[in-house]
Amino acid sequence: MNFGFTEEQELLRDGVRKFLAERCPMSEVRRLSETAEGFSRDLWLETARLGWPGLAVAEEYGGAGQGFVDLVVLLEETGRALHPSPLLSTTLAGVAISDSGSEAQRARWLPGLASGETIGTVALLEASDFPGADGVRLEARRDADGLVLDGEKRFVADGAAADLFVVACRIEGSPVLAIVDRGATGLETVDVPCIDSTKRLATLRLGGVRISRDAVLSGRPGDEALERLVDRGAAAVSAEMLGAADAALALTVAYAKERIQFGSPIGRFQGVKHPLAELYVDVESSKSLLHDAAWALDQGAADASKAVSLAKAYATETFSRLGIDVVQLHGGIGYTWEYDAQLYLKRAKWARPAFGDADHHYDRAAALGGM
Amino acid sequence: MDFHLTPEEEAFRAEVRAFLDANLPPGTNTASFGFLSEWNRKLREKRWIGFSWPKEVGGGGGSLMQQVILKEEMAKRKAPPLGTCFMGLAWVGPAIVQYGTDEQKRRFIPDILDGRVQWCTGYSEPGAGSDLAALQCRGVRDGSHYVVNGQKIWTSIAMWSQWMILLVRTDPNAKVKHDGITCLLVEMSTPGITVRPLKNMSGGTMFSEVFFDDVRVPVENRLGVEGDGWRVTISALANERSGIAEVEGLRRNLDALRDLARRTERRGRKALEDPTIRRRIVRAEARIEAMRLNGMRFLTRQLRGEPLGSETSINKLHRATLEVDLGELAIELQGSAGLVTGRDAADGGRWQRFALNWPEVVIGGGTPNIQKNIIAERILGLPHD
Repeated sequence: MNFGFTEEQELLRDGVRKFLAERCPMSEVRRLSETAEGFSRDLWLETARLGWPGLAVAEEYGGAGQGFVDLVVLLEETGRALHPSPLLSTTLAGVAISDSGSEAQRARWLPGLASGETIGTVALLEASDFPGADGVRLEARRDADGLVLDGEKRFVADGAAADLFVVACRIEGSPVLAIVDRGATGLETVDVPCIDSTKRLATLRLGGVRISRDAVLSGRPGDEALERLVDRGAAAVSAEMLGAADAALALTVAYAKERIQFGSPIGRFQGVKHPLAELYVDVESSKSLLHDAAWALDQGAADASKAVSLAKAYATETFSRLGIDVVQLHGGIGYTWEYDAQLYLKRAKWARPAFGDADHHYDRAAALGGM
Repeated sequence: MDFHLTPEEEAFRAEVRAFLDANLPPGTNTASFGFLSEWNRKLREKRWIGFSWPKEVGGGGGSLMQQVILKEEMAKRKAPPLGTCFMGLAWVGPAIVQYGTDEQKRRFIPDILDGRVQWCTGYSEPGAGSDLAALQCRGVRDGSHYVVNGQKIWTSIAMWSQWMILLVRTDPNAKVKHDGITCLLVEMSTPGITVRPLKNMSGGTMFSEVFFDDVRVPVENRLGVEGDGWRVTISALANERSGIAEVEGLRRNLDALRDLARRTERRGRKALEDPTIRRRIVRAEARIEAMRLNGMRFLTRQLRGEPLGSETSINKLHRATLEVDLGELAIELQGSAGLVTGRDAADGGRWQRFALNWPEVVIGGGTPNIQKNIIAERILGLPHD
C-alpha cells in the first residue's frame, strides 16, 4: 500500500517547477497573456524538448510512455505557474488518439504531438455545452469518398493555435471522435475573448470540411471513446486547478503573515485564519481524490469514471470558492490588475465548466453509483 | 502509487474474513450478552483487542497495515467494537503502554483488554474546555499521596467507570501553562469523589460533572513524571489517528440515508429523485471518500517512518462537518415528518437521535474552530491566536 509519489515523479515535479519559475515567472505570464497568440512558440518548443507534450505518449511514438499519475504531476505544476501554453490541449488530443485510435492512427498523429511540432486540441462542445455525447449534434455526412462536416464547435481551447482537432461528431446518430487537420478546406477558427487571458478559446467553423473514413478514431466504439476523453479531460483540468489553488492559497497565507492591521498580522485573526484552514482542507482533500482517480485511470479500474467525477466536482467547488476568497482576504489590493490574486480568480472561472462543472459531475457520480 | 496489498497482508485479510464468517454469521444478534462475551473472548484469543499494542503487555503487535485491515473488515461486517473498555482502549491504555511503570502495566492493561474495568477521562473543566491546558483542578503532594481538589466536566461515562485518568495542576506557578500538569490514575470509589450526571440535548446522560474534595491518590498511581501530564496524555495521542476507522461508520450512515431518501416522498416524488437532495448526498460521499484517501496518505507517511503531525486535523474537520450535515439532511428531506420522534418516526427515530447527538464527536475531540486553529497555526504557519 503506497499512496504517494515515486522518486521519479517528485523529480519531475521539482524539475517542472524550477523550469517555470525561471523561464516563465508571473511577469512573463502577464506579458504573454497580452500577446496576440497568448503563448510563446519558442518556450513551447523548449518544453516539448523537455518531453512535456509527449509525457503520456508511448515511447514507440516518440513519447516518454508515462501514465496519468505522471501527467497529473506535470499539470499541477503548469497550473501552479498559470503557464500559458497549449500543453493541456495537445496532451488531451494525444490522450484521445492513444486511448481510442487504431495502431495506424497512433503512428500517424502521435509523433507530431509528442514532439510539439503539432499543436492539438479537442473540440467537444456545441450550442449546449454538455460535456458528453448528449451535447454532440454535429453530423458527419457520408458522401462518395468520405465524410463531410458542416457546423460549429464552440469553446475550443487553444483553437487558434491548433494544427489538429479531435472533433466530437456523429455518424448516422452514433457519436465518434474524428481527427480534422488545420489545413482542411472550409475550416476556420475564430478567437473568442476569454475571461482568463492566460487561456485561449475559439469557435471552430466547419464549412463542408471533408475528412476521410480513416480519420475517425476506430480503436474502440465512439461513445466509449468520448466518455473516456471526458474523464481524462476532467482529471487533467482538475490537476491544473489544484496546482493553481495551491499557489493562490500560498500567496494569501504569505500576505496574511505580512499585512498588519489593528496592530497585528491579519493571519492572527480567526476571521482570516479559519477560511484559510478550510481552504487548505479542501485543496488537500481534492488532491487525494484526484490522485486516486489518476491511479484508477492508469489501472483501468471499473470505478475510475466515478472517481474522476468526485474529484472534478470537489476540486471545482474548492477552486471557485478559493478564487473569491483569495481576492476578498487581500482586501483592496486583491481587486487590482497588478496584483496576482485576480489571475487565480479568473482561472477558477475558466476551469469550472471545463469538462463539466460540479453539478454535472455530482449528477454523473450519482448515476454511476446506481442512484 | 500503488494500492495493492502484499501477499502477507492479503493473507491477514483472509484470516480476518474467515474469522468473521465463522463468528459473525448474517443475522447474529450482536446485542445479546451471551454473544458479546463469547465474541470478546475469541477476539482476545486472537489478540485483536489492543492489536496495536506490543505483545509484551498482552497486545497483538499488529503492523500499521494490519491494524487498518482489521478495522476495515470489522466495520464492513458491522461487527461490534473490538473490546468493551472504549476509553481504556482509546486513551488510557496507549498512555500506560508508553509511559507507565512495569507495575502499572501489569496492574491495568489486562483489565482494559479483558473489559473488566471501565475508564473515563478527567480532562475538561468548567473553565478549561477548548483551552484545556488552563485546567485548575489542583493536585498537592502530601507524603505518599496527591490530594486532589476541584472539578471536571463533560466526563463521558463517569457514572459507570471504576477508574479515571485525571489531569491535575501540580505546579500553579509554571511559566508555560502546559507544564505543571500531572497525570494521575484514580479509582472512582476513592472517598471525596462525587459524580453528577448531566442531561444532554437528546435527553441522554452520557456525561457528568465530577467533583473532587480532598481526594487522596497514592503517588504510585501517577502516570509519567510530575509536571509531564500534558505530554503523557494529550500530545502523545492527539495526532495518532489517521481517521480511517471513522470512514466506515460515516459510509454506513450515508448508505442508510440514501435508503431513507429512496423511501421518502418529497414534493410529489421520491426524495432521491430530487436533484438537490441527490447532489447533497453525493457531495457528502465525495467528502467521505476524500477522508478515506487522506487517511491513506497519512498512513503512507507513517509506513515510511514519518510521524504524523497536525494534518490529522483535516479529517477531524471533515468528520465534524459530515456528522452535522448528514443529520440535517436526513431530517430536512423528511419535511414535517422529520419532527416526529420515537417509534413512529422513519427508521425508529434513528435520524432524530442522530441529528441531536453529533456534539459528542463534533465537540468532544476538540471543536471545529480549534481544529482550524491547529491547521492554520501549525501547518500554514499563521501567527498564534
